Amino acid sequence: MGRYVIRRLLQMIPVFIGATFLIFVMVYALGDPVAALFGDRGPDPATAAALRAEFNLDKPLWQQYLLYMGKIFTGDFGTAFNGQPVTELMERAFPISLRLALVALTFEIVLGILLGVVTGLRRGRSLDTTVLLLTLVVIAVPTFVLGTTAQFFLGVEFGWIDPAVSPDARLDELIVPGLILALVSLAYVTRLTRTSVAENARADYIRTAVAKGLPRGRVTVRHLLRNSLIPVVTYLGADLGTLMAGAIVTERIFNIQGVGYQLYQGILRQNSPTVVGFVIVLVLIFLLANLLVDLLYAVLDPRIRYA
Amino acid sequence: MPGSPRLTGAVAGATAIVLAATACGGGDDTGGGSGGGMIRASWGDPQHPLEPANTNEVQGGKVLDMIFRGLKRYDPETGEAEDEMAETIETDDQQNFTITIEDGWTFSDGTPVTAASYVDAWNYGAHIDNAQVASYFFQFIDGYDEVHPTEEGEEATADTLSGLRVIDDLTFSVRLSEPFSLWPETLGYAAYAPLPRAFFDDHDAWLDKPIGNGPYRIDSYNRSQSMTLVKYEGFAGEDEAQNDGVELRVYTDNNTAYTDLQAGNLDLIDDVPASQLQHASEDLGDRYINQPAGIIQTVSFPLYDEGWEGERGAQLRRGLSMAIDREQITSRIFHDTRTPASDFTSPVLGDAGGYEEGLCGEVCTYDPERARQLIEDAGGLPGGRVTLTSNVDTGSHRQWMDAVCNSINNALDDTGACTVNPVPTFADFRNRVTGREMTGMFRTGWQMDYPLIQNFLQPLYYTDASSNDSGYSSEEFDELVDRANSESDEDAAVETFQDAERVLAQDLPAIPLWYQNGTAGHSERLSDVTLNPFSVPVFTDIKVS
Repeated sequence: MGRYVIRRLLQMIPVFIGATFLIFVMVYALGDPVAALFGDRGPDPATAAALRAEFNLDKPLWQQYLLYMGKIFTGDFGTAFNGQPVTELMERAFPISLRLALVALTFEIVLGILLGVVTGLRRGRSLDTTVLLLTLVVIAVPTFVLGTTAQFFLGVEFGWIDPAVSPDARLDELIVPGLILALVSLAYVTRLTRTSVAENARADYIRTAVAKGLPRGRVTVRHLLRNSLIPVVTYLGADLGTLMAGAIVTERIFNIQGVGYQLYQGILRQNSPTVVGFVIVLVLIFLLANLLVDLLYAVLDPRIRYA
Repeated sequence: MPGSPRLTGAVAGATAIVLAATACGGGDDTGGGSGGGMIRASWGDPQHPLEPANTNEVQGGKVLDMIFRGLKRYDPETGEAEDEMAETIETDDQQNFTITIEDGWTFSDGTPVTAASYVDAWNYGAHIDNAQVASYFFQFIDGYDEVHPTEEGEEATADTLSGLRVIDDLTFSVRLSEPFSLWPETLGYAAYAPLPRAFFDDHDAWLDKPIGNGPYRIDSYNRSQSMTLVKYEGFAGEDEAQNDGVELRVYTDNNTAYTDLQAGNLDLIDDVPASQLQHASEDLGDRYINQPAGIIQTVSFPLYDEGWEGERGAQLRRGLSMAIDREQITSRIFHDTRTPASDFTSPVLGDAGGYEEGLCGEVCTYDPERARQLIEDAGGLPGGRVTLTSNVDTGSHRQWMDAVCNSINNALDDTGACTVNPVPTFADFRNRVTGREMTGMFRTGWQMDYPLIQNFLQPLYYTDASSNDSGYSSEEFDELVDRANSESDEDAAVETFQDAERVLAQDLPAIPLWYQNGTAGHSERLSDVTLNPFSVPVFTDIKVS
């Protein structure tokens, strides 16, 4: 187990370097960001050159990358164009997005698995068909439509929530945005769980358990659910990273100043330190979440062993 | 397999867990925070750190306008430059100025505003090492070339502008490199604000919480989140705040700000999102403001491209201009938040300031017949077709570009005559423009720095001027501008500028499209909400009930 974890951690290094380099190249390929800092006015060549030098933009790409990576290991992620260190932006943005992602993940786990189990156990009944139809609708309608509609009705018409989340982004303010963010994944979790539960419900060991006269709840939770959860856990693990990075739309709608917002600003202003810095952290979260998922397999199914 | 009653229990239990988990962050309500007389207004994250000479966009400029007062201030209604801190600005030759400032002004940290506060601030703004994006504002002052060389890579040969000299605590003198009669009128621009000692002593601390001499002082500032400004009790000017303060909240999307205004959580938005324009007056009634701002949108041509050179090119441009149905586009696409342009300036200048409706004449009037004739006489478009280029990441550029091209295609009766060339980002677009890579029409917009006719002409069309994107060069135009600048009488200067503008209408390096309006909406708590000619709310005048 320990060796397995170490091997996995070592494997992260090339992935990490490759991912950051790709992002760097992509931001670089967007072109020179300095001209945009002057608005519609033609940039003054001397000031533009001074700004380029300040942000190392006058150097060749590989050199910029090396300089950047060199500084990262000392904890210096560079500065955004508004003069703020990128680490400061991260300090604010990541906790907010993490909180939002956790709210979303909670909805996915609790509601998704619950609906999945219920529909899986009642295959073909009207409840099953209704939930299936609903998941179809949720998957088909774009998030921004769902988000703005919910915001308008709950925020303006009924006045139950504030349409915009305050800078503190307290948990209670994040319930609706979290639900909106979770909806699509929630639909997938429901469907995954349903299929898995429906399949396992016919398995021999369930029939044996029922025949032994075990209480129905125990059969469902201990025998059925535990075995059905492996594909769902895989999906949820990968989803945490997606939730944090993919929150751009939801964060914009509800004015949440998290990762999505900073990434959006960074891309719009072509600020490579911001974009690359945030993506590096996202890559790390993604890798760690995947590792955690792999380790969870062993908990769910003791037959899975790591060398 | 039938469901069991236990399952229902599980549902209830799980729901309770979710509610408990999500509610624990609540409790104390920190969201409100607005005192009785505070205005809650929408804001965008400024592009640069907040420094007077490093701010060239509206969001940062909004704050500078609240925390600083310079030598002059533009009347929020007429746009006229009036003395604010300046007691007198004297000159005999339009080149050497002696400026005396009023006594009794203080920065919000209690230190007095002196002549040195101005001279030091201007020297800082001009110096190349400080890489301030608005440093060109000091280009008229003698010695600018030494502190700010124009060529890349050159070092400054002086630390301070030789044209600036402190005479005593309240007096300083300015020598310009050439005569510029309207120069004192430019001094209302934020880049010319005075700076306190604290700015130079501890620059980082100052940037965290800027200190100025305006009607408001910054109470708290969380970058990219919010800023609270409160009334500065020691303010020495006449336009003191009529409210307790302003809470600026950063919105990432102005649609959300609009929704928040509807829900009653926000008092003021100063940019109604394009998608809401058509029902804004219905939603807000007389709380919707739509009034002219000092912004003109134009389409420029690459005069460095041989297809657009000479008299033939000018005739093509005139033809294209007459093929654009400005009336229809401004009403259909912009819901009358734009006004068809008929000169190269803006209505906010007023007639005395040099705005002249219809100066551009028939060239700016829709006439498809005549348009087709002009283009045919000139031998047709270069290569038979023309492109219209702009970035499409912001605004509703895509929509109006399509409309302009359709209008041209209809006039020329050729569906392929004009095509849109969208560029993904603003930075990419500006790089192509300044790199002179254009082959057809491209979008150019101009937001005035100060309400002067000079500002709408010289930076844009003077030979090799900073924002002369089309590469236009006309001896006649340059000569008229020079003459206007050295004119000692203001009215005569404005008239000469208009003569220069007539040269433009003839050569047409750019086609005027429309003047842009500022839009705003406010809640029922506020009254006396107006926008100034820069489309920024006049915060000091707003009353809160």
